[in-house]
Amino acid sequence: MSTPTRTVEELANREYEFGFITDVEAESVPPGLNEDVIRLISAKKNEPDFLLEWRLKAYRHWLTMEEPKWQNVHYPPINYQEVIYYSAPKAKGDQPKSLDEIDPEILKTYEKLGIPIQEQEMLAGVVAVDAVFDSVSVATTFKAKLNEMGIIFCSFSEAAQEHPELIRKYLGTVVPTNDNYFAALNSAVFSDGSFVYIPKGVRCPMELSTYFRINAKNTGQFERTLIIADAGSYVSYLEGCTAPMRDENQLHAAVVELIAHDDATIKYSTVQNWYPGDKEGKGGIYNFVTKRGKCEGRNSKISWTQVETGSAITWKYPSCILKGDNSVGEFYSVAVTANYQQADTGTKMIHIGKNTRSTIVAKGISAGHAQSTYRGAVKILSGADGARNYSQCDSILIGDQCGAHTFPYIDVQNPTAQVEHEASTSKIGEDQIFYCNQRGISSEDAVSMIVNGFCKEVFRELPMEFAVEAQKLLSVSLEGSVG
Amino acid sequence: MLEIKNLHATVDDREILKGISLTINPGEVHAIMGPNGSGKSTLAGVLSGRDLYAVTEGEVLYEGKNLLEMPPEERAQEGLLLSFQYPVEIPGVSNIYFLKAALNAKRKHHGEPEMDAMDFLLLVKDKIKKVNLDEAMLHRSVNEGFSGGEKKRNEVFHLSVLEPKLAILDETDSGLDIDALRVVADNINALRDGKRSFLVITHYQRLLEYIVPDYVHVLVDGRIVRSGGKELALELEQTGYKFEQEAARA
Ligand SMILES: Nc1ncnc2c1ncn2[C@@H]1O[C@H](COP(=O)(O)OP(=O)(O)O)[C@@H](O)[C@H]1O
Ligand SMILES: [Mg+2]
Repeated sequence: MSTPTRTVEELANREYEFGFITDVEAESVPPGLNEDVIRLISAKKNEPDFLLEWRLKAYRHWLTMEEPKWQNVHYPPINYQEVIYYSAPKAKGDQPKSLDEIDPEILKTYEKLGIPIQEQEMLAGVVAVDAVFDSVSVATTFKAKLNEMGIIFCSFSEAAQEHPELIRKYLGTVVPTNDNYFAALNSAVFSDGSFVYIPKGVRCPMELSTYFRINAKNTGQFERTLIIADAGSYVSYLEGCTAPMRDENQLHAAVVELIAHDDATIKYSTVQNWYPGDKEGKGGIYNFVTKRGKCEGRNSKISWTQVETGSAITWKYPSCILKGDNSVGEFYSVAVTANYQQADTGTKMIHIGKNTRSTIVAKGISAGHAQSTYRGAVKILSGADGARNYSQCDSILIGDQCGAHTFPYIDVQNPTAQVEHEASTSKIGEDQIFYCNQRGISSEDAVSMIVNGFCKEVFRELPMEFAVEAQKLLSVSLEGSVG
Repeated sequence: MLEIKNLHATVDDREILKGISLTINPGEVHAIMGPNGSGKSTLAGVLSGRDLYAVTEGEVLYEGKNLLEMPPEERAQEGLLLSFQYPVEIPGVSNIYFLKAALNAKRKHHGEPEMDAMDFLLLVKDKIKKVNLDEAMLHRSVNEGFSGGEKKRNEVFHLSVLEPKLAILDETDSGLDIDALRVVADNINALRDGKRSFLVITHYQRLLEYIVPDYVHVLVDGRIVRSGGKELALELEQTGYKFEQEAARA
């Protein structure tokens, strides 16, 4: 019969579903970081000079910085000289021009992940995927259709070649190279990522999606994503991530920058299930990410929705700078931590413009020995008349060896502002599980049902197909949590 | 249907049930009466598989099978359902979603397909009306913010949808006013079909005026000290449990 203790033990026994390694020839630079490596990366990508200079400036700054120590996560020191900073699958030609040219092994990997990479499948899914395999974008679909509307959706490397003026204008304007340790490192060595530009008044007709996948051994992955929504435009962007199972911890330090002009809306959704490490806490991804959006224009809106079930360590605060008057920032988050996972996540809402509004809904689920921390900052500057914030931060605990911590920071410099914060912590009780059992529902289904109910407010912010995937992921993550 | 033989059970190493034997045949209604703390809810808990209790002696057969070996959800799927003395709140999970999961778990167990969504909706709308609860309660979180009486009626609503073979009602009458009591009794009586059995646990004789039992058992200090027909309930109403309690102590 089930007891909460057994619950936790069995939870710890879950296996990572996506732990397979793709066998493709990779082209890597030797481990280690110096200016030559950066020059090599830039040269491989045939980048314009300004970009190389930008990288080098970031690198020189990074050398003067120290790794942050304030977050509530613990891990052995990372040796940055052992990381490989560039790894690309070897293609037959230079760059694959169609799906036929892509290594079938890679396609098989995507199949296992359930990514509909074939265009035929894409047509059914109405999703355009810019797939990032390790560092190089291997396939971009639906480009033609988007092109007709003036929408640019391509790999970052391609954008650097074809749209250098946009890169030059926007890169680093939201997350400057010297913003923080991991952002500086990313700026120096980023390998690839996605670029999106939605022209004035255009409503992007489909969800744009990138699947990140970390594959090559010991490869630090440094994605750079830049999304610009010009005046009156709308875009919804989906990011999904998985990584194969490995013994060594893998470093991931991505940067995402969003810019919304007047009356524009950007919706950015993430479902992240990177390998969290095994039940003893060995292996798994270190995820240090800087995600920030700037509501540059009046009435603009940026909305972050994230469902995080993976990574050994997560350090992530998708944030909004609400500069334009009447602009809106939103953050909806579900973070699941199990086994020995650690997550320190939250958001920052910085109110600069008048009547700016922000909403934060953060749901944390902890099981096993996991520690989950919510860290949220709401800052209302003196010019932000009539600014409003509502924050709600709930934690649910499964078992009694895990923990949830909440650190809200509130800084209000304008007397007309209204800031509301609510927080709660609850536990899935043995009596709740028994009540479900007594109606014929298994303990596993009971936990999954209760957890899904707990996350409802966040799930309904996700695009339909993603919401279904997120629910499944949550069930998989908590599988075996009870007997 | 149910055969309890010399059942002993403990909580935290303290013996609460001290040798209970009871046989319930199909279609019968048995009432268990007794003072507070005599072990009535413990008996319900042991029968429904709550692992708070440890069975130290005795056996229980349900439809000829060893009940004590079955996990709690299987007991429920096999038709043994409990109306809780203290129904549990499940925030975030709607009543209708919960019941659908419950009903489909039972159907799956019996190799039947899931119920059609429309048929299910019609079924629950009909049944919830019969227990005099607002249809809106279907979409509220299970028991969350329900009044005491609403929780009890919701339990009966669950039973009427899930159609048990053996229903155990643990003080389903407590906290109900006379109108609500009638509604609950009517719904239970509507489930009586000559095959379905009931174990009605109550502290008061009042409920048994509406749900007329075939047998009444008096539980005192973990033992059945007297059994009789429905008239025993009336007698107890007049004399109280004092006599039985003294007898148990003697
Ligand atoms: N969870 C528990 N922990 C400790 N003692 C319990 C627990 N549940 C019941 N008991 C004890 O068992 C005895 C019988 O309780 P119970 O079965 O609830 O009685 P009744 O339902 O007849 O009022 C009481 O003395 C009560 O204190
Ligand atoms: Mg009781």
